[in-house]
Amino acid sequence: MSKANNKKKNQLIWGLVFGIIFGFLLQKGGVTNYDVIVGQLLLTDHTVLIIMLSAVLTGMIGLHIFKAFGLVKLSPKSGSVGKNIIGGLIFGVGFALLGYCPGTIAGAIGNGYLDALTGGLIGIMIGAGFFAALYPRLKHGVLKLGYFGDLTLPRLFKVSDWVVVIPVAILIVLLLLWL
Amino acid sequence: MDILSAVRWSPYLAGIGIGILSWLTFLISQKPLACSTTFARSSGMIEKAIWGNKVAEKPYYKEIKLGIDWQFMLVIGIILGSLLSALLSGDFQWQWVPSLWAGTYGSAVLPRLIAAVIGGIFLGFGSRWADGCTSGHGISGTMQLAVSSWISAICFFIGGIITAQIIF
Repeated sequence: MSKANNKKKNQLIWGLVFGIIFGFLLQKGGVTNYDVIVGQLLLTDHTVLIIMLSAVLTGMIGLHIFKAFGLVKLSPKSGSVGKNIIGGLIFGVGFALLGYCPGTIAGAIGNGYLDALTGGLIGIMIGAGFFAALYPRLKHGVLKLGYFGDLTLPRLFKVSDWVVVIPVAILIVLLLLWL
Repeated sequence: MDILSAVRWSPYLAGIGIGILSWLTFLISQKPLACSTTFARSSGMIEKAIWGNKVAEKPYYKEIKLGIDWQFMLVIGIILGSLLSALLSGDFQWQWVPSLWAGTYGSAVLPRLIAAVIGGIFLGFGSRWADGCTSGHGISGTMQLAVSSWISAICFFIGGIITAQIIF
């Protein structure tokens, strides 16, 4: 087998290993559970936000240190107003109706939740297939509306990374203290 | 070990763990934690199995490339990791209707399944429209300070909170 093939195979194994750890942490955190996720959207249980904010805080500081040392290359997604606002709101409707998101539904399946394994999974695939069918019509229209590319907050404000990382870190800590 | 058999960890601990995990995915695999494209690929692969190879020529499937990739394995791993965690703690259970849903809509299976299918359609469609989900945008994208991800993540919650208030 060629070296490139071996490398690709190794990465698939890494993907599986990282997934097992991710799923383990999601389940231990409680967010494979419908009640916890919908509780967040009803603002009665802040577990989801606490997990997300703690992950973003830890990840953001680490990644920007690694980036400063040239150890990682970040890959911010490009976006547009039409893409992220409309898509985000549609996603939110599904988030509340289904009570799982694409990552936590995988965790919910592992947890034995059959509404996730049957209805939820079928629905997500139908929705994604429907989008693929409509994509040629959306691609140059609404998805390009207000296009801003792979912009990051430091580039938007024309400052160095740390001028954004530090205030965002402080804001996240304050939010975590308040939740 | 007690910590492995605990039903719940502190959400701060779980979150910090996910943050450290994303350092590793970037350092080792040059990739962010993200899930939703896998469902579009799966959908495309099922379509392809039914309708034949021409499905792979659809512009969207050409762009995301159908097949088993790193992220597909990540999603399979999530199922296994959650199963492992739930088995170790005894939190595993077969359940059709979540209790919060049952409290408002009753414990009949069919209404819950219909809501799950409709919710799934919105979720699958919206995650492709926004080009990311709660992990890809909400965690991995926001930590990279991507403008697209901050906007998306805020909109996920605006849409979700409004919808949840309406249905409960």
